[in-house]
Amino acid sequence: MIALGQFLEVLIGGLMSGVLYSLVALGFVLIFKASGVFNFAQGAMVLLAGLALVRSLDLLVAWGFPVWAAIILGIGFAAVIMAITAWLIERFVIGPLVNQDALTLFMSTIGVTFILEGAAQMIFGSDAYPLRLFPTDAWFLFENLFPGGILVNKLDVWGGFIAGILVAGLAIFFERTKTGRALRAVADDHLAAQSVGIPISWIWFVVWLAAGLVALVAATVWGTKLGVQFSITFLALKALPVLIIGGLTSIPGAIVGGLIVGAGEKIAEVFLGSHIGGGIEYWFAYVLALAVLLVRPQGLFGERIIERI
Amino acid sequence: MRMPDTSETLLQVEGVSLAFGGVKALRDVSFDIRKGEIRAIIGPNGAGKTSMLNVINGFYHPNHGAITFKGRTRAEMQPFEASRGGIARTFQNVALFKGMSALDNIMAGRTLKMRRGLLWQMLRYGPALAEEIEHRHRVEEIIDFLEIEAIRKVPVARLPYGLQKRVELGRALAMEPDLLLLDEPMAGMNLEEKEDMSRFIIDVNNHYGTTIALIEHDMAVVMDLSHRVAVLDHGVKIADGTPNEVKKNQGVIDAYLGIAH
Amino acid sequence: MLYREAGQFKTTYAEDMAIFPIRQDRIALGILLGIAFIGVPLLADFDIWPFGSDYLLRAILLPFLILALAAIGVNILVGYCGQISLGSGAFMAIGAYSAYKLGTGVHIPLTWLDFAISIPPLPVLLAILLGGLTAAVVGILFGIPSLRIKGLYLAVATLAAQFFFDWVFLRVSWFTNYAPSGSVNAPTLDFFGLNVGTPIERYMLCLIFVTAFAVLVKNLVRGNLGRQWMAIRDMDIAAELIGIRPLYAKLTAFAVSSFIIGVAGALWAFVYLGSWEPLAFSIDRSLQLLFMVIIGGLGSIMGSFVGAAFILILPILLNLIPTQLGVPLSTETITHLEFIIFGSLICFLLIKEPHGFARLISIGKEKLRLWPFPY
Repeated sequence: MIALGQFLEVLIGGLMSGVLYSLVALGFVLIFKASGVFNFAQGAMVLLAGLALVRSLDLLVAWGFPVWAAIILGIGFAAVIMAITAWLIERFVIGPLVNQDALTLFMSTIGVTFILEGAAQMIFGSDAYPLRLFPTDAWFLFENLFPGGILVNKLDVWGGFIAGILVAGLAIFFERTKTGRALRAVADDHLAAQSVGIPISWIWFVVWLAAGLVALVAATVWGTKLGVQFSITFLALKALPVLIIGGLTSIPGAIVGGLIVGAGEKIAEVFLGSHIGGGIEYWFAYVLALAVLLVRPQGLFGERIIERI
Repeated sequence: MRMPDTSETLLQVEGVSLAFGGVKALRDVSFDIRKGEIRAIIGPNGAGKTSMLNVINGFYHPNHGAITFKGRTRAEMQPFEASRGGIARTFQNVALFKGMSALDNIMAGRTLKMRRGLLWQMLRYGPALAEEIEHRHRVEEIIDFLEIEAIRKVPVARLPYGLQKRVELGRALAMEPDLLLLDEPMAGMNLEEKEDMSRFIIDVNNHYGTTIALIEHDMAVVMDLSHRVAVLDHGVKIADGTPNEVKKNQGVIDAYLGIAH
Repeated sequence: MLYREAGQFKTTYAEDMAIFPIRQDRIALGILLGIAFIGVPLLADFDIWPFGSDYLLRAILLPFLILALAAIGVNILVGYCGQISLGSGAFMAIGAYSAYKLGTGVHIPLTWLDFAISIPPLPVLLAILLGGLTAAVVGILFGIPSLRIKGLYLAVATLAAQFFFDWVFLRVSWFTNYAPSGSVNAPTLDFFGLNVGTPIERYMLCLIFVTAFAVLVKNLVRGNLGRQWMAIRDMDIAAELIGIRPLYAKLTAFAVSSFIIGVAGALWAFVYLGSWEPLAFSIDRSLQLLFMVIIGGLGSIMGSFVGAAFILILPILLNLIPTQLGVPLSTETITHLEFIIFGSLICFLLIKEPHGFARLISIGKEKLRLWPFPY
C-alpha cells in the first residue's frame, strides 16, 4: 500500500516539473500557430538563451556590478540575443522557405537546431554553468496530516507562478493586440493575410522573438534547477510529446499536456519504474504521446482538420 | 455525335445529403449515369458539384442516401473500392505527383493492374521485368493518344498547366476505368487547349466506350459534349435532362442569373 | 571523351528503362566498381599509400559503406515515401542487438511453464539478415500510426521508438547477455568457414552487402512499388483515389527501410565497432542519417552515398586543414563548427536545392551534355 502522502508528494513534484515542459511547449505552439512550422529548435533556443544569460551574469558580477543590476542587464542581453536570433532565422531560413511543405520546414528547423547548438556553445562555452535566480530550498506542507509533511520545492512554485503569468500575457497578446490578431490571420492563411496588407515577415519575426523570450523564461527556471548545460536540449525535446498530447495549436493544451506528462512520468517512475528497471522517465512521455496519437490524433485540445481536394 | 448504345444504368445516386458541420453541401440529390454516356454536372460556384464527385469516389461519406454502382447498393463508397471498381478521376486543381515524371505518373495509374510482389520487383528480372515492359507498352499507347510523347520524362512540376491536365487525364486513363470523373478538365485553358481537351474527351468516350461524368463551367463546351446534363444549385438538383431541355429550364436560367428564390 | 548521348538509340523499352541509359555513365560506374572491388584490395595488398596503415579502410571506407547503406534505408522512408523518421538509430540498434542475440544463442526461460525456448548460435550471415528482419517487424509496428497521422506527428512517433529502444537496450540486460558493463562483443565473423578479420576483408564484406542492397533497392524504387511510395509522398489523397493502398505502400516502405537500416546496424556493430554500447545508436545517429539523406539528396540512391561521404569527410577536413595551416582547432571547436556547418548546409540545401548534392550532380551532367553551348 502506497502512502497517500508519498503519492501526493510525487504528484505535486510531477505537476511542477510538468510546468517546465509547458513553458517550452508554449514556444512551440506560438510558432506553430503563426507559421505552421513545427520548431525542433525550441530546445536549442532554451540552451542559447540560458547560456547567454548565465555567461553574461557571471561576467557582469566579475566586473563588480551589483547582483540586481547584473540580473537586469543579463536578462536584457539574453533578450537581445534572442531578438537577433529571431531576425536571422526569419530572414535566412523561414522567410525563403515560405510556401514549402511542413516537412521541409520541419527539417530546416533541425538544421537551425544544429546551428544554434554549435554557435551557442562556441560563443558561450560548453560546460555546465550553475544559475541562481530563484530559491531552491523546499517547503514542507501539511506536516500535521502526513508524517514528515509533503515536500514542495520553492523553485517549482516559482516556475508555476511564472508559467501562469506567461500564459495570461500571451492570451492577452493574442486576443487584444493588433499584432496578435494579425498573427492569427497569418496562421489561418498567410497568402490571404499578406493580400490584406499584413507584413508577414514582421509577424514571423515577432513570433520567433516571442518564442525566444519564452525560451529565455524557461531557461531561467531550468537553469536554476539543473544548471545551464547541453542536456537541457534533450529535456526540451519532451515538449514535442507534450504538444501532441495537448494538441498542436492550443495554448491551454500545451499547459495541460505539460502537466499530464510531468505528473504521469513521475508517478510512473516511482510506482512502476521500480518493477521494470527504472529510467522510465526517459521514454514515458513519448510512448504516452504515441498512445494519444492512435486514439485522438488531433490531441486533447486540437482542432480537427477537414481535408479538401 | 454518337449516342450511348444502352440505357443501362452504371451509377445511381439516391437521396444523397452531405453536411460539414452546419454547411449543407448536398441536399437530397438523386441522379443516374448511364453506361457509355457523357454526363455533365453544372451549377454556379459552391453548388456542390465537386462534393458530388467526392461522394461518388468515396473521398467524402454522405450523411444520408445510397449509391448504386454496377448493381451494388451501398450507403457510402470507399476510395479503394471505387478505384478497384473502375472509377477514375481528375481534379479541379491538378493533383499530380509533383516529384515524378509524366511517364511515372501515368505508370502509377497502372498500379491496380500490376501483380508482381516486392521480391520480384526487387530482382526486376524475368516475369517482373516482362510485366513492367508490358505496362509500359500500354502507357505508351496512352501517351501517343494524348500527344505528349515529347514530355514523357519531364518532371510534371515543370510542365505548363495545360499539359499537366493532360498528364492527369492520362493517369486516369491508365486505370482503364469504366467511369471517368472529370472535375473541370478545361478550367484555366485557352481556346486551343480547350478544343484539344474536348477532342480527347470525345475520343475516349468513342474509342474506349468509357462513361464520363464531367463538371465544367464553359456552357458551350458542356452543351456540345454531353448527352445529358444535371444542374446543381446550393446543393439541390434543380434540373436534369438533355442539353436543350436544360437550356430552356427557367430554374436554371434563374440560378445562373442570380434571381433570388 | 565527350559526354554525349548522340547516336545512342534505344530500340526497346527495356533499354530505355535501364538505370544508366547513357553509355558514358555506365562506363563511369564500371570504373568506380572496378576501383572499389579490385583496385582497393590490390592497393591494400601491395601496401601502397594511403592504404599502408589501414587508416583509410578502417576509419573512412568502412564507416562510409555501412552508413551509406543505412542512409539508403532512411532514404526509402523519408526521401521516397515522404514519412519523416527521427528513430533510425533505434532501428540500427534493433538490428544490431537482435543479430547479437541470434549470433550468440537465444535462451528464454519460461519458468511458469517449466520450459525454455532455446535457439543455438546462428551463423553470422543469418544472424545479420535476421537482425534486419526483426528491425523490419518492429518498423512495421511503428509504421502503423503513420496510417492515421502525418508528417510532424509521425516525427514524434519515431522519437518514441528512439527513446524507448535506447532505454530497452540499456536497462534490459537480457539483450546484452547480462554483461555487467552493458557493453557487448560481436561474435567471430565467420562466413561459410571464411574468417573475416582484417580491415580489407571487412571492407570487402561491407562492399558486397552495400552493392547488393543498392541494386535491389534501385530496382524497387524504379518499379511499381517505388512509384506507389512516391505517389504517397507527393499527394496521398490522389494516390488513394487511383487505387494505391496507403496501408500497403506505407508499411512496405517502413518494412524495407527498417530491414536495411537493421542490417546496417548489425554490420556497424559486428564489422565496424566490434564491441559496442547502446550509445552507439542514440538520437545523434538518427539525426546524422537524416542529414546524410537531406544533404545527399532526398529520393536518390546515389545521394545516399554522396551524403554519407560528405558527413564523414567534413570532420576530417576540419581537423586536417587548420592543422596544415598552422592554426589547429580544439576538438570541441571542431565539433561545434561541424554542427554549424551541417546546420547551415541543411538550411541552404532545403532552400536552394531540396534534392541535395545528387541533383546538383545531375544538373552538372545536363550542362556537360550540352557543353560548350549554354543550352
